[in-house]
Amino acid sequence: MLKIEDLVVEIEGKKILDRINMEIPEGETHILFGPNGSGKTSLMMTIMGFSGYTVTGGRIVFKGEDITYMPIHERARLGIGVSFQRPPTIAGLKTKELVGLCSREKEVDIETLADQVNLAGFLDRDVNLNFSGGEIKRSEMLQLMAQQPDLVLLDEPESGVDLENIVLLGDVVNSLLERGIKCPRVTREHAHTHLKKRTKSALVITHTGHILDYITADQGQVLYDGHLCCVRNAREILKWIREYGYEECIRCAMV
Amino acid sequence: MRNGIDRSRFRDPDPSKYNKSTKSHAYVEDLQLVDPGDARRWLSVGVDTSESNRAATFIQKDASVVHSRASMEGVEMMPVTEALETYDWLKDYLWRHISPEKDPFTEHASQVPHNGYFIRSKPGVKISQPVQSCLYLAEEGSTQNVHNIVIAEEDSEMHIITGCATSSHVTSGLHLGISEFYVKKGATLHFTMIHDWGEQVDVRPRTAIHVEAGGVIVSNYISLRPLGSLEMNPTTILDGKGAVARFNSILVATHGSWLDVGSRVFLNEPDTRAEIISRAITAGGTIIARGEMIGKVAGCKGHLECKGLILSDGLMHAIPELQGHVPGVDMSHEAAVGKIDQREIEYLMARGLDEDEAVSTIVRGFLNVNIEGLPPALAAEIDKAVTETQKDMM
Repeated sequence: MLKIEDLVVEIEGKKILDRINMEIPEGETHILFGPNGSGKTSLMMTIMGFSGYTVTGGRIVFKGEDITYMPIHERARLGIGVSFQRPPTIAGLKTKELVGLCSREKEVDIETLADQVNLAGFLDRDVNLNFSGGEIKRSEMLQLMAQQPDLVLLDEPESGVDLENIVLLGDVVNSLLERGIKCPRVTREHAHTHLKKRTKSALVITHTGHILDYITADQGQVLYDGHLCCVRNAREILKWIREYGYEECIRCAMV
Repeated sequence: MRNGIDRSRFRDPDPSKYNKSTKSHAYVEDLQLVDPGDARRWLSVGVDTSESNRAATFIQKDASVVHSRASMEGVEMMPVTEALETYDWLKDYLWRHISPEKDPFTEHASQVPHNGYFIRSKPGVKISQPVQSCLYLAEEGSTQNVHNIVIAEEDSEMHIITGCATSSHVTSGLHLGISEFYVKKGATLHFTMIHDWGEQVDVRPRTAIHVEAGGVIVSNYISLRPLGSLEMNPTTILDGKGAVARFNSILVATHGSWLDVGSRVFLNEPDTRAEIISRAITAGGTIIARGEMIGKVAGCKGHLECKGLILSDGLMHAIPELQGHVPGVDMSHEAAVGKIDQREIEYLMARGLDEDEAVSTIVRGFLNVNIEGLPPALAAEIDKAVTETQKDMM
């Protein structure tokens, strides 16, 4: 689904990502760990193609297409979706309108989707205007639910979300990624749908790892100072980080 | 430069240079019979010739009143000349808060009057449908000098939609409009004015609004189409306890247009409140967005908000002014001038919108000031006009 090869990225002439290699196969969810300032968000912004992140080496391939220099909206239309940590406010644009724009030609029931993320009362409010941290997260999810991307990039989905809503958020992420296990009863007829091959992929950025209590992951990686330095089971990595901190985790990878 | 304003793109019109011999137009009893071209122009500024869902209608073409009718109880609609003959007391309402010598334009309008409207809501009456009026310039290169009086009597409620436009073939002209509004105790007056002038039409409205205790004036002004020059800075006097004034304006200046638009509010009594909000976009033209509040007593409250976007060359000059004369006034302002935030554009692009779609979505949002009390059909009309305007600007 996504393949990153020897990617080097600079911001204003300063190297912030150095020779990153990463592959997220179709249907897999990968977790990207890393301390603050390690370059996690920059990697996500580069995959999406935001201005200010200059690729000076390597390439990004999505669904077999080289997207390294593709405009942002073409990447979105090709199937990449992002949930931002601190999205801008857009005055005068109603959340409902934006969700409609996200869906493009697809038929979506905006009201029902909004109910699912507890945002029914927010549809007539300006996008992100005076939203709390948790409301921003749910609004981002609502937009992604309408957009239905094949690869989802989530930047710290759990930060600023209260306990009650983090469960809800986990459910939403799982349903976006077709990882939901919420089903009244698996009957014989339905069983095959659950065994159907997953096609949605994700890269989830987390600093604390709390999100792993609510979603499942296929693999974890650690980004430190612009370098990817560990690839293994996500829960294992989290255990290490929780036990010994990032410093120790990195040292282990260096050995 | 005068008063710090770059006037290099500006030329002040001379009233004596315009055609004075305006020919007269016949009165039209049934508006269904007017020229369809005219009717379309009127509709674009909110004036509906079907007169459905309207409490009263007034239409003045050049110097001639072509239609004046009230269809609902409790509202009076007359040409101002007729009203002055009908009511002896009305002359006391003329030139009460505006001096005829205020400036050359006001002076000219006082010397060469071409009628205008008189609209009055009777005491205690809440008029459920909007009242509409249209001031229409149909003769090329001529002047239209009107004097309007609006009285919202005690505890009444009224919404006036005024559309000003030129006939489609008219490119130049001068419109001078003297307007005096009286909002009596406990009354609420909504006034929505939409302008759509010709490319070289100069416009000089001069307005004074007097608001008594508990009275509310809500004034919305919308000018999205090209014009020559416009200068207006209505003065509102909040003259009774708890009086309220709210002004919203939406301005677009394309190449060659000069808009100097503001509002001045005197807060003379306790618990008076004022809000001035403007959204302005220049795409080649000049916009001077003014706002001035003068707080004279403790316990008055005001907020000014001027936001300007510069889409292409042009001048955006925001001039918010606050004057507090005593301790205990509470006034604030917020002004911002700039271009569209790149982060907003890229945020929308990440949702699949191309750059043009993203920019136009943001511009539409910027102009989308929630104007209270608009009939849904007019709100939809304005929304459509905003969409068309932003297409033209791109």
